[in-house]
Amino acid sequence: MSQVEIIQRGIRRRYVVEGMFRACGLSALICGVVFLAFLLITTFVKGYTALQQTYIGLDITPMEEDFDGAVTEETLRRADYGALIKRSLREAFPDVTRRKEKKTLYRLVSSGAQHELRQKLVQNPGLVGQTTTFWVLADDEVDMYMKGNVNVSIPEKKRRFKDHAIELTKRLVQQDRIQLRFNTPFFSRGDSREPEQAGIKGAAMGSLFAILVTMLLSFPVGIAAAIYLQEFAKTNRFTDFIEVNINNLAAVPSIIFGLLGLAIFINLFGLPRSIPLVGGMVLALMTLPTIIISSRAALAAVPPSIREAALGIGASPVQTVLHHVLPLAMPGMMTGAIIGLAQAMGETAPLLMIGMVAFIVDIPGSPLDPGTALPVQIYLWADSPERAFVERTSAAIIILLLFLSLVNGLIVVLRKKFEKRW
Amino acid sequence: MIECSSALHSILYPNRAFTKPPIAKFSLSVRSQPLAGFPGWSLTTGMAFLGALFGCFIAVPIMLFAALGISRRNRVVTRHIERFIRWFLIACSCLAILTTIGIVMSVLFESIRFFRIIPIPDFLFGLEWSPQTAIREDQVGSSGAFGAVPLFAGTFLITVIAMVVAVPLGLMSAIYLSEYAGRRIRTIGKPLLEILAGIPTVVYGFFAALTVAPFIRNNLGFLGMDVSSESALAAGLVMGIMILPFVSSLSDDVINAVPQSIRDGSYGLGATHSETIRRIVLPAALPGIVGSILLAVSRAIGETMIVVMAAGLAANLTANPFESVTTVTVQIVTLLIGDQEFDSPKTLAAFALGLVLFIMTLVLNVIALRVVRKYKEQYE
Amino acid sequence: MQGLIKSKTQTNYFTMLENDNNMPPTLDDSLNSPDFRTLGEVTVPRPIMKTKNVNVFYGEKQAIYNASLDIGKNEVLAMIGPSGCGKSTFLRCLNRMNDTIDICRIEGEITLEGEDIYGRNMDVVLLRARVGMVFQKPNPFPKSIYDNVAYGINLHGLTNSKSETDDVVEDALKRAGLWAEVSDRLNQPGTGLSGGQQQRLCIARAIAISPEVILMDEPCSALDPIATAKIEELIDELSQMYSICIVTHSMQQAARVSQRTAYFHLGKLIEVGSTDLIFTNPGHRLTEGYITGRFG
Ligand SMILES: Nc1ncnc2c1ncn2[C@@H]1O[C@H](COP(=O)(O)OP(=O)(O)OP(=O)(O)O)[C@@H](O)[C@H]1O
Ligand SMILES: [Mg+2]
Repeated sequence: MSQVEIIQRGIRRRYVVEGMFRACGLSALICGVVFLAFLLITTFVKGYTALQQTYIGLDITPMEEDFDGAVTEETLRRADYGALIKRSLREAFPDVTRRKEKKTLYRLVSSGAQHELRQKLVQNPGLVGQTTTFWVLADDEVDMYMKGNVNVSIPEKKRRFKDHAIELTKRLVQQDRIQLRFNTPFFSRGDSREPEQAGIKGAAMGSLFAILVTMLLSFPVGIAAAIYLQEFAKTNRFTDFIEVNINNLAAVPSIIFGLLGLAIFINLFGLPRSIPLVGGMVLALMTLPTIIISSRAALAAVPPSIREAALGIGASPVQTVLHHVLPLAMPGMMTGAIIGLAQAMGETAPLLMIGMVAFIVDIPGSPLDPGTALPVQIYLWADSPERAFVERTSAAIIILLLFLSLVNGLIVVLRKKFEKRW
Repeated sequence: MIECSSALHSILYPNRAFTKPPIAKFSLSVRSQPLAGFPGWSLTTGMAFLGALFGCFIAVPIMLFAALGISRRNRVVTRHIERFIRWFLIACSCLAILTTIGIVMSVLFESIRFFRIIPIPDFLFGLEWSPQTAIREDQVGSSGAFGAVPLFAGTFLITVIAMVVAVPLGLMSAIYLSEYAGRRIRTIGKPLLEILAGIPTVVYGFFAALTVAPFIRNNLGFLGMDVSSESALAAGLVMGIMILPFVSSLSDDVINAVPQSIRDGSYGLGATHSETIRRIVLPAALPGIVGSILLAVSRAIGETMIVVMAAGLAANLTANPFESVTTVTVQIVTLLIGDQEFDSPKTLAAFALGLVLFIMTLVLNVIALRVVRKYKEQYE
Repeated sequence: MQGLIKSKTQTNYFTMLENDNNMPPTLDDSLNSPDFRTLGEVTVPRPIMKTKNVNVFYGEKQAIYNASLDIGKNEVLAMIGPSGCGKSTFLRCLNRMNDTIDICRIEGEITLEGEDIYGRNMDVVLLRARVGMVFQKPNPFPKSIYDNVAYGINLHGLTNSKSETDDVVEDALKRAGLWAEVSDRLNQPGTGLSGGQQQRLCIARAIAISPEVILMDEPCSALDPIATAKIEELIDELSQMYSICIVTHSMQQAARVSQRTAYFHLGKLIEVGSTDLIFTNPGHRLTEGYITGRFG
């Protein structure tokens, strides 16, 4: 057999292997992409319903007797609005008389409804004596039922939302007393134990403050360090040591930074737990290596000819860097800084360590108020047993991802805009 | 406005408030006495602290730069300011060292305190982990067991699962993207993988706990296997996907560093594309790939949120991926969430675990960076 | 022509040519005219490879214009010409190494023993096994010396047993003149050899699969004179069995090793002829200018 024939005989098999190898590569890529799509789609499908919230329309007639006979500011605040709501529910369902059934009926309305009602009446005392239709928050179980998330086919015993509640809800629908409206509370409130009253604003503000602190700390320090290491430092043992340090810090697990924050900032310095200030400081230390490394890359990309030219016309080294090199490297440095911030925005573990997982209802007004952050909020809600929290967790994830894609979009735009070839 | 709601709430549904065990306990204490547990701390001192902090890092450089601008004429002043700026820059660089020192100090000191209570061999080689110290002093079994081997084993198991997913997928997709894909697929595929890298780990954790774990349990349960709802498999799989882009981009770098000339040599002898990759490129890139894998392992070991949300708390010593295991990071988080006495061995144990974690990842990183650098120098 | 200064750039050279009354009116025009033809005999009586009207493009840029050239059996063909004139490009067309460059496009006809190598029936794997290549920079694989040589044999499954492979490897190394130097360290990495040894290893690697044609792209440019002499000797010996096509920048080398020489200029094949004739009595002004060292 000639050599050509020998080769030809084996060639077919070799091309089959070639095709298989190629297919393997493609399927690996597809695997990753499909997983990404799956993750995004399931999250979106689970979460988009949180844009709406079920409200129940109640005809409520506040009488003077409900306010101890006299409608004053004080009695308006003190009155038992829960009783008003219950009365209105009883009137809407006169046939519900048994004690247990009544309890089910009352549970249809969110426990937060009375506070809403109080607020409305305090603002508008003229409503006393009239019958007005108030739209109040429905309980999360009703909300889930209305959104089709209650599986009625499973036996009642294993269900939280019982048959009677379903029947009452159906009747509410028949009476046109149920509406799905835009979920304002979700965007304007802090955390709550009740899914229908829980919002992300508290967490978002906490994140905002923490990120602000991170940015203010890590950006100047990171850039300064990068400038020193790239432009001024001579290569000696000391700068080598710094470099090795930075490279290793970049790979230290984030949770270790949390331990650092706990031991140093909270235990040693005595800063309070749970505040975005400490969170921001920890995140700043964590993102610092990223920022330094990418800023150095940006500085290194500025061609030496520019430095030589500036030095040639008599500028001092510091002036050369500040006036000539820095402006050129700025876009690259900004990109690096934003990448660091995006990383900080999604970081959770170190914040758990410094106590930003506390259940905090109030919306923080400054970096010194106790607060959580968006990713931590996601973690907290994901841990909650109520089904309605799944929806809200997914919605919070969508919002976090939207923020992140916005930030990443900014990076792309920055890169495009300042893409320079010297 | 909602303040009262939760207070009322805990009255209305007293039992409900405790359905969220660890967090609820802590949250109550924060809510009842905000900022009270920290004597000497007040809003004004906080503000002063903030001011000082930002003053150092923002105002100082701005002032310096401004002064530099104004004093252009005066050489002497300029020189002084320049020296000042240099020192500021050096100080900033040293912050990296300070951070490292801070990390080492904070985990080391607490660990030493821990090892005074629990001897190092007991910790490193003990087979039982149950840190639940008693609430009351006289309660039985209040000592707790601090043998960390089940945690190491759990971490190892999940890391192995993650690498089994991430290494082939990451490597193959890197090969496909850099060797086979046309420009169109490359410009779409690469950013898509980068998105995978940009998704916060808490999102992966949620996905692992709510989608992947039930999926595995429901589908493999039928095969007659007993699958825990917090199986190591779910956490490992999702962690593998999280690490995939990391492996892929690192190996992409490494593969591209293999010079074209030796590929040409292989093509010139009549090798097909895949033969060249498998027999020439991959063996040549092997040291670099190993380095990348080590970096990925170190990341998997240190990953927290996925395992906290999807892996269990039970310290089982098992190699069965369908059972629930716990990891070092999970235990650090559970030991430290909530109000803790800083002197209890339970809290200190978290720092000891942190020390182990720090050392492990550091060693892995140092080795990996060495290997990768050596490899790149070879083809310089 | 006497007033020409060696270091003048090409444009200057052409403008001067234009001013010279004895010259055909404009040389570069004659290059660009559609009926430009290669000077000398492009065909040979016993060809192994034939190329006809080959045009090569890198994207929009054309690198080879209408080149036709035959390679004879058991002959050594040298290709010379100034840098960037397209010698490597032309050479790489002959075993389709240009396939690996996305933007590269080839027109025209190239045949190996009468078969169109860009035709449907030609398999590139088989083609490259039949037309081997040695590169400018020695590029041994980061494997052992033995594995380097055995690589092609194993790829194509040319042997049936390990001992058979051993024999082929030994034979290839012997023919490449490397056996004496490496026989005792076959398991050490090929990258650990000296530059000249590496290049001979690459040649051994190529001849181990017994190609019909060997293409060499400046095989000695990275080597010192002694190593170069060894390779030249080797080429001489190899031409007993193979046809060799060698690109070189050294005119002495071309003169020493080749029977025929082809001169390229700006992507055009200017002149082909027997080496003796080209170097003693070049037919074209550009060839003459190049070999007398006036430019290049
Ligand atoms: N991969 C490529 N992409 C685009 N243009 C190329 C490529 N390779 C070569 N060229 C161009 O084709 C022309 C011929 O190049 P080629 O490498 O064949 O020259 P050469 O004669 O071998 O030169 P040298 O003697 O310097 O090796 C040059 O103008 C070069 O710029
Ligand atoms: Mg060339």
